[in-house]
Amino acid sequence: MRRRLDLTFPPRQAKKPITWHLVRDFDLVPNILRAQIQPGQYGRMVVEVSGKREDIEAAMAFLAHEGLEVRPAASDIALDEERCVVCGLCTAVCKPGAMVLGERAELVFDKDKCVYCEACVSACPRRAVTLSF
Amino acid sequence: MAKSWEEINARIASGDAVVLTAEEFAQVAAEDGVKAAARKVDVVTTGTFGPMCSSGAFLNFGHADPPIKMGEIELNDVPASGGLAAVDTYLGVTEPSRTRGIEYGGAHVIEDLLRGRAVRLRARGPGTDCYPRTEIDTWVTLDDLNQAYLFNPRNAYQNYAVAVNSTDRTLRTYLGTLLPKYGNATYCSSGSLSPLLNDPTYRAIGVGTRCFVAGAPGFVAWEGTQHNPNQARDDNGVPVAPSGTLAVIADLKAADAGFFSAATMSGYGVSAFVGVGVPIPVLDEDLAATLALTDAQLSATVFDYGVARRSRPNLGTVTYEELRGGAIEVEGRKVPCGPISSLAVARRIAEDLKRWVAEERFTLSAPLRPLPGPGAPPFKPLEERGEPEPVLGAEEASGDA
Repeated sequence: MRRRLDLTFPPRQAKKPITWHLVRDFDLVPNILRAQIQPGQYGRMVVEVSGKREDIEAAMAFLAHEGLEVRPAASDIALDEERCVVCGLCTAVCKPGAMVLGERAELVFDKDKCVYCEACVSACPRRAVTLSF
Repeated sequence: MAKSWEEINARIASGDAVVLTAEEFAQVAAEDGVKAAARKVDVVTTGTFGPMCSSGAFLNFGHADPPIKMGEIELNDVPASGGLAAVDTYLGVTEPSRTRGIEYGGAHVIEDLLRGRAVRLRARGPGTDCYPRTEIDTWVTLDDLNQAYLFNPRNAYQNYAVAVNSTDRTLRTYLGTLLPKYGNATYCSSGSLSPLLNDPTYRAIGVGTRCFVAGAPGFVAWEGTQHNPNQARDDNGVPVAPSGTLAVIADLKAADAGFFSAATMSGYGVSAFVGVGVPIPVLDEDLAATLALTDAQLSATVFDYGVARRSRPNLGTVTYEELRGGAIEVEGRKVPCGPISSLAVARRIAEDLKRWVAEERFTLSAPLRPLPGPGAPPFKPLEERGEPEPVLGAEEASGDA
């Protein structure tokens, strides 16, 4: 199975090779979607892990034991076309290029490129982009 | 070859007028030349749909029984101005809700009214002989109001800044989220469709000009606040940075929520997307030449919003064609960019206005008074200073009166 996790690292954990433990101790395949980790500060990582259900659950228990805050990460992102006014502001903050303006100034949303960074969610002045968990 | 306002209005009235959007006109001018385009076309329509903070509505509630002189007024918990007559108010779009903060503000109240939703009106008054009541708590819809009109002190900015951020932290601004270290750029103009970029020296747009405001037929009421015609201009006479503005007025009851959309700029505040479009008569070849300008010929100036001062560092100019391409060059770096003003809706406005003029015989009005043009008294910043000395002789003068 596959699960997307949103991890918050307390400052003292920022140096620990958490991902390596997921691979070696729990036989998981992690795919880091985004991470912001600096020594001595709170960090955040969104990682998609693939593996057996029991291994994922054991890994989550390990992460919590290590002092990380573990939450399920967004599993889907939706654009409410009724609310959207196609201003394009989401395209200005979408680094992976999942949201772009097309030939006729229409909004093109390519979900395959989305890394669930949520930048568009807070940038959208119409609150037309929503996440579901 | 010159055409008069009367000739153009006569052609509109008889259904013979040739009306094109500014984008279509530029194409005709590129193919046939400006001279032929000026001869062939009578009216060019424009449009813009971006966040315009300086907007709001005057509302009249009618009198309750017993009546109240409304002092503190709230609509869905958003404070409205109490400094008018007993049951009049002005609701500014940027006013945040007392309970929901910037996620719901004056703009959202106006959008709710436009969408036919009832809005909770709560007001308090001092209680006087003619207005004995001190409190009211009721619900109103747009239909219940006597007068409800948009009066937007500053709309349709003639060009705007391109914003970047040189600092190492994300900035939340009225131009959207600016990523650190020149991570992105944002801009806010419909470029070649923008009303005042098509008439850069205000020959056809002035006080009394009939126009499109939030889907309703409206008027230019005055020069907009912060109107600054003395901004730097290019060889075509077009400003390359924020310059002229329009104050516009229209009946809210005739407006359309599709052209008035509440907005929350995270970390900044409430605003409203307002649709403004102005039909411009092709009076002569000079005006045709500016109507024919394309995004490749129109520029905006890049400013560093990382420096929070009145004068932000100017990092050069870029064309709207480059901006539309999704990336610009700033200080030798390639910077991805995105708009905060909807080109898709601006095009709908220009198309709707074209239909109004061509099919519904929406005639044009020549300015009753021109807007201040280049050479007008300079636009002043606010200088901080102590209380000024009393004017000599003022007391004697009032004593004589």
